[in-house]
Amino acid sequence: MKVVLHVWRQAGPSAAGSLVDYEANDISPEMSFLEMLDVVNERLIVRGEVPIAFDHDCREGICGSCGMMINGAAHGPMKLTTACQLHMRSFKDGDEIWIEPWRAKAFPVIKDLVVDRGAFDRIIQAGGFVSAPTGSAQDGNAIPIAKQAADEAMDAAACIGCGACVAACPNASASLFTAAKITHLGDLPQGQPERMRRALAMVHQMDIETFGSCTLFGECQEACPKGISIDTIARMNWDYLFAAATERQGAEVGGTG
Amino acid sequence: MTIKLDARIPAGPLAEKWDKHRFEMKLVNPANKRKYHVIVVGSGLAGASASASLSELGYRVSCFCFQDSPRRAHSIAAQGGINAAKNYQNDGDSVWRLFYDTVKGGDFRAREANVYRLAQVSVNIIDQCVAQGVPFAREYGGLLATRSFGGAQVSRSFYARGQTGQQLLLGAYQALEKEIVRGSVTMYERHEMLDVVIVDGRARGIITRDLVTGEVAAHVADSVVLGTGGYANVFYLSTNAKGCNVTATYRAYKKGAAFGNPCFTQIHPTCIPVAGEHQSKLTLMSESLRNDGRVWVPKKKEDCGKKPGEIAEQDRDYYLERKYPSFGNLSPRDIASRAAKEVCDEGRGVGPGGRGVYLDFADPIARLGEQTIRERYGNLFEMYQRITDEDPYKQPMRIYPAAHYAMGGLWVDYNLMSTIPGLHVVGEANFSDHGANRLGASALMQGLADGYFVLPATIGDYLATAKPDTLTADHPAFREALDGVQARTARLLAVGGKRSADSFHKELGHIMWEKCGMARNAAGLRQALEAIPKLREEFWRDIAIPGTGAELNQSLEKAGRVADFLEFAELVCTDALHREESCGGHFREEHQTADGEAKRDDANFAYVAAWEYAGDGRAPVLNKEPLEFENIHLSTRSYK
Repeated sequence: MKVVLHVWRQAGPSAAGSLVDYEANDISPEMSFLEMLDVVNERLIVRGEVPIAFDHDCREGICGSCGMMINGAAHGPMKLTTACQLHMRSFKDGDEIWIEPWRAKAFPVIKDLVVDRGAFDRIIQAGGFVSAPTGSAQDGNAIPIAKQAADEAMDAAACIGCGACVAACPNASASLFTAAKITHLGDLPQGQPERMRRALAMVHQMDIETFGSCTLFGECQEACPKGISIDTIARMNWDYLFAAATERQGAEVGGTG
Repeated sequence: MTIKLDARIPAGPLAEKWDKHRFEMKLVNPANKRKYHVIVVGSGLAGASASASLSELGYRVSCFCFQDSPRRAHSIAAQGGINAAKNYQNDGDSVWRLFYDTVKGGDFRAREANVYRLAQVSVNIIDQCVAQGVPFAREYGGLLATRSFGGAQVSRSFYARGQTGQQLLLGAYQALEKEIVRGSVTMYERHEMLDVVIVDGRARGIITRDLVTGEVAAHVADSVVLGTGGYANVFYLSTNAKGCNVTATYRAYKKGAAFGNPCFTQIHPTCIPVAGEHQSKLTLMSESLRNDGRVWVPKKKEDCGKKPGEIAEQDRDYYLERKYPSFGNLSPRDIASRAAKEVCDEGRGVGPGGRGVYLDFADPIARLGEQTIRERYGNLFEMYQRITDEDPYKQPMRIYPAAHYAMGGLWVDYNLMSTIPGLHVVGEANFSDHGANRLGASALMQGLADGYFVLPATIGDYLATAKPDTLTADHPAFREALDGVQARTARLLAVGGKRSADSFHKELGHIMWEKCGMARNAAGLRQALEAIPKLREEFWRDIAIPGTGAELNQSLEKAGRVADFLEFAELVCTDALHREESCGGHFREEHQTADGEAKRDDANFAYVAAWEYAGDGRAPVLNKEPLEFENIHLSTRSYK
């Protein structure tokens, strides 16, 4: 099959970008979307042109590296699927495909489709962990955890940190990403001691990173390749409100430790 | 022979070695720990857990990864589980049994003392991960669930759905992030290590390239830790992530670190078969599927073209159950892979090209119901369907072996130190614990054992003994290494050829898969050893790298990694040619029993082959560490 690509090309963080057209011929429907880009890039390299830069690594839909807007949808048209797991059989011969990087102030473009998602790491640094230094743990079966709680924690923990939720959100909010971690750890007994502090610090860090606010459009849930539910955002809001209302005066807030 | 291999295995009874050793090792006083700076390269399970644990102890740590975040290291893709000798199931498990299974599974080519220690700390790993909030699967009573894996007759693999590696890595990553914000770990994302710097015979730092700006820089430390993963991508098509490479360990090899057993590579039996020539990687289907799935091919060649449902029960050959009745579908990986190759070579393979066997869930679905199977393997089934467009609830999966893991790696002693003092190696990057074949759910165990529990104890002994002096990046050794890296980058960019790095990588992978893959023979290995240098010459004549070195340049990154694979592949074939026996993942066709099983030669090959770099264009020097088995009787592995 043959498709026509309109790809966002941007030489560097401060360079101006634009959409550039490429014809991709001899594409097989069995190829993954990224393999189709590989083919386009191979042809560019042989012609001495700079190939399209995009982040990718595991190509199994779990590392969260890849991510791009494909025809205006984060990771493309197939639900619950990362760009690397999208296959060309989802397109038709002759289709035009627009490919752009995640668009969010907090995710500046580095080159072409590659963006800087360091803001996500800093949100985790603010409180997305359980302080359990190596060696301090008790036996793994010492605290029974109801299967339902463990399953719900796992549902939220499945987040791969790809950034699709931010890219899909009209406000470029990172609420789904942040709420997923707050829910994962808040569902487990091990996460309780730091639960309130975590909610305050992580929400505060979202603001520092210039992500937008959540107005419950629900686009994030639609775009999430791992099916994280916006119920987690309700959970985050509850934890945040409760923590803010009961916060001890003078308690530290923020991600700078 | 210039390297003296001293494994430094503590004396005394096996079960007391680690305790005794921990007592005998020197400690660094808490106030002095912050004076020491440790560089950790790689942020997977081993690297992230080591960085976090060393920082918690008080050391200053710098951690480097080539990905955009430490959370993306390839440990994340491990699906099935992590072994631990908890014996929560009361099914007869013990530290000794995990130790025994691992040595036997590795076909008696691992060091007893290391493996025993691994089994000992396995129980602490589960505790540690639970405390971090890793959402392991649980039973209705709230206690931890387990499942079985290949090569074991007990249920000791703990899991988090089909995303165990992801959840364990996120646990280690979160611990690492906690230390970064505390200020004692400095994280360098999108940085690639391109050389290790040796000063007065000790590892004192690294040279990196910032993948965003292209800046090449020197970093000084008191000890360097490599947790840079394995080299299965030498086969091009493998289950490894696209970025996985041998560069860090190969550069260390060229600086004097011995490389242990490079020919011990693991071909995983259950991967989705190759679909076409543009395939960029292969996807694993977790071994845990073999808990319930049954592997078969048609008995008759004529049936191969039929739909699986049209082949009657009596016309199916459940060959693993037939050949290995005690372990059946849970035979170890090397055995299951070779058995698949064998039936396909006989012309009984299924799917495109006849390179596939069925993994069938019809029986367990009938017995347990679709819902139970969905709960156990739902995400794996979805992944399979997404890639192949076939529904495994309705028709059997097609699977075929693929390159997956490297048991070989840099040689390390009991303290995880390479032959370069101060250079430690953790996780898949070292050679130590899996012998000639790794058992399922043991990679996660080893990565975390090294990072959480072993290295944090042993590195202090090195620092307290060596007492490294202060040093700056102005030292001539750093200047020289920095200039070397810059010159190599310039040389790559100057070629101005016509072929992409991927095209060379594919060609190399083809040679390696055909000549040094699941079955090897002397003639084929000699052909590979002739073909690889020719391909390397062509690479340096014709590599095309558009763009410059002063920007994000993914073509340049790939070319540098492929250049190293093109040298390293020769070492793998050299090792495979010299090892005149079959053991584990290394199957030499000349050395097999009448019924096609691997024939080990303990009299001549019960040793670790530790290869020493002797200069470009010169044959590497073979050093041998004899393996002594004082606690396990060397026997022919049988899973029948």
